[in-house]
Amino acid sequence: MDDILSVAALVGILTSAVRLATPYLYAAIGEAFGQLSGVVNLGVDGIMLVGAFMAIFVALGTGSLWLGVLVAIVAGLLMGLLMSVISVTLKAEQGISGIGLYMFGLGLSSLLFKVLFGTVKTIVGFQPVKIPILGDIPIIGPVLFQQSVLVYGAFLLVPLAWWILEKTTWGLRIKAVGQNPAAADSLGVNVNRVRYASVCLGSALAGLAGASLSLAMVNLFQENLTAGMGFIAVALVYFGSWRPAGILFGALLFSTVNALQLWMQVLGVKIPADAAVMLPYLLTIVVLALTVSRVRGPAALNRPFERGEA
Amino acid sequence: MAIPKPRNNSGADATAQRRIQRIEMCDIVKRFPGVLANDRVCFDVKAGEVHALLGENGAGKSTLMRQLFGLYKPDEGEILIDGQRVEFNSPADAIRAGIGMIHQHFMLVPTLTVTQNVALGLKSSREPLTDLDVVAKRVRQLSEEYGLKVDPDAYIWQLSVGEQQRVEILKALYRNASMIILDEPTAVLTPQEVKDLFATLRRMVQEGHGLVFISHKLYEVLAISDRVTVLRDGRVIGTRETKDVTRDELARMMVGREVKRLRAQPQQAGEPLLQIRALRAMGDRGTEALRGIDLEVRSGEIVGIAGVSGNGQRELAECLGGLRKATAGTILVAGKDLTHASVQQRLQAGLAYIPEERMRDGAIKEFSVLENMFLLDHASPKYTHGIFLDFRRMREHAAALVKEYTVKTPSLETPIKNLSGGNIQKTIMARELSREPRVLVAAQPSRGIDIGATEYIHQRLLEQRASGQAILLISEDLDEVQALSDRIAVMYEGRIVGIVGRGQATAEQLGLMMAGVPMEEAMGAAPTAPTAEQPIEVSSVV
Repeated sequence: MDDILSVAALVGILTSAVRLATPYLYAAIGEAFGQLSGVVNLGVDGIMLVGAFMAIFVALGTGSLWLGVLVAIVAGLLMGLLMSVISVTLKAEQGISGIGLYMFGLGLSSLLFKVLFGTVKTIVGFQPVKIPILGDIPIIGPVLFQQSVLVYGAFLLVPLAWWILEKTTWGLRIKAVGQNPAAADSLGVNVNRVRYASVCLGSALAGLAGASLSLAMVNLFQENLTAGMGFIAVALVYFGSWRPAGILFGALLFSTVNALQLWMQVLGVKIPADAAVMLPYLLTIVVLALTVSRVRGPAALNRPFERGEA
Repeated sequence: MAIPKPRNNSGADATAQRRIQRIEMCDIVKRFPGVLANDRVCFDVKAGEVHALLGENGAGKSTLMRQLFGLYKPDEGEILIDGQRVEFNSPADAIRAGIGMIHQHFMLVPTLTVTQNVALGLKSSREPLTDLDVVAKRVRQLSEEYGLKVDPDAYIWQLSVGEQQRVEILKALYRNASMIILDEPTAVLTPQEVKDLFATLRRMVQEGHGLVFISHKLYEVLAISDRVTVLRDGRVIGTRETKDVTRDELARMMVGREVKRLRAQPQQAGEPLLQIRALRAMGDRGTEALRGIDLEVRSGEIVGIAGVSGNGQRELAECLGGLRKATAGTILVAGKDLTHASVQQRLQAGLAYIPEERMRDGAIKEFSVLENMFLLDHASPKYTHGIFLDFRRMREHAAALVKEYTVKTPSLETPIKNLSGGNIQKTIMARELSREPRVLVAAQPSRGIDIGATEYIHQRLLEQRASGQAILLISEDLDEVQALSDRIAVMYEGRIVGIVGRGQATAEQLGLMMAGVPMEEAMGAAPTAPTAEQPIEVSSVV
């Protein structure tokens, strides 16, 4: 028990926590864009799986990690386009089509994995990049400034998303379309176009989330690599009340508990591994139950837009 | 006519550059499944006039104007702007052409600010960034120019209904709309707000705007318009200069027959059936909405509650109906204490309730007319065999009620949301009155309902009164209260400021009491003085 309280252990836990938050941040902030425009995409996890596989497959094939990331983003975008067609144009029930998209992503990534890989393959992924000066600060340096590029990207996405939502005309449109599409339409905003763009952006970020998992964290691919991370990302959107800062807080809370349980296992603290793994998920449920009732989300969430309907 | 003001760099470049002089709609035909909504309708509006579009609910007024605003496409006919044929595929096209529309249900995003709502959909001068400071400045300027008081930084959800409407008008003005359509703009306003709105509209006309004023309220049409076109069943009945028509003539054109104006005849009241004592309750915003109400309604008597909306009438009705908790005081129905009784117990005690929000509290939208008729009595042994519903009995009973109450519905299975407001209200009344209650609480029974159905509902209330029921009529329509009530109680800020007998107070005196003037002072006021000041609250429909 002494080990876990040492400075070294603390730095280790926090460093892991920051790293582990990465895919959640990409996926949850992407999902927030879609939801703010009025579309729930429950297929995040499936998109992440496809993204994760495509990223490592292309990176191994071409030797370029960045090309892998790009392909993962494009794959996510295409799946987002599919989701948009189904839920925005065809106006299908979003919850159901999202779950369909998840199953599709799970199946597709498993199939491609079996056909193209056969066995688990590893890769030398993105390496930590130490930022000059900042990286040398004790404790904070290793925790925040000795991470890989994709980790930095995820954390920079938080203020960027806030900026887009609060300061740009595009952000204004997204929020208006999610709250009162009829009002936006009556002012000449193309509701469906805004929704397509938001869902596709969100899905592209989910693809990137997958790439960050396979190229910057576990550096391998196996079937169902994400194990439900995408669903946690959806929960984090509610937890964060559709605000980037809230999502950041939620993602860090979740990943810290996760890092803690990982380190407890590493350091041999005597609790059953399965129980430890459950911990972050249990926390998610408890926290969601305690917080979500206070905030009201986009009023038009889950509702396809039909002009002329009151 | 005023020359359009030069625009500043407000980024309002998605808006019209040029003032429209005249819009003509020729031979417009619009069909919906099973309905001919507009049948070769011709309509025109010129700059500098208010052209009223008058008709009952479902006459096709809104449908016609939605085509002018690009929300629907006409099946036949054409729209000409200054002689040029135009085709609108979306509201964006109509806005670009210089047309604005103030919808009956406001098109505002509650979670955004006034400025953000105005800026929405417009190109900013700092794309991709918003230029809300520039927009706010222009909004302030416009609101001063047209007397549209509103704080540009307030969130929409913080605003009153009247303020929200001002935002809607500002949105149109900001986009340089020269022709503005107002769809039933007074339906949700208090008399004072109507007065302010009319002042703004006159201002806009002076500035050279052309206005289309959709309404079914005769008095307002006579007060504000230059010309009036009456629509009935999708057809134009006629267009007249407003100064050349009378109210009765318009009513006849609108309904297609003479309209009776019902008045209650004096009648001896019996023993008190509804007794309210020192009743207190909280409002939705956490402040006290009822501050000690004392009131009695006797058998064979209609007591009207008059007041400007938001003075506790809604809370009083909800307390009586069992939808809101009383914090103090008592409610007795036929001597029985129902202050904290469940809705079920209230029904059994003989209390019936016609709620103000008929689609929220009075009916289940998606349910059929039949199902809505049996929302209360579905468990009664009359309509069940053990655990099973006796549909044959239910259908017989519902069919009889539909006939008796002249509910116009394609079938008993039609979802109630497809009926007009008047027919929904008749269905609710049929359900409530067929249970033969002893006390009836009717909140805004004719709000948003056409003349024909209102006439029927009034007649029905008088019949119930004649049969010995005690009726509490809560209405913001002073004409309705005066026509039907034996006694009128005026509510102001959660209290009853005075109770007057039939014919004891003029509309002006009641209006003063509604504005908070104590009864003694109001009754002492010269009855002629404020007429010109407050034309709206003293008489509205029928």
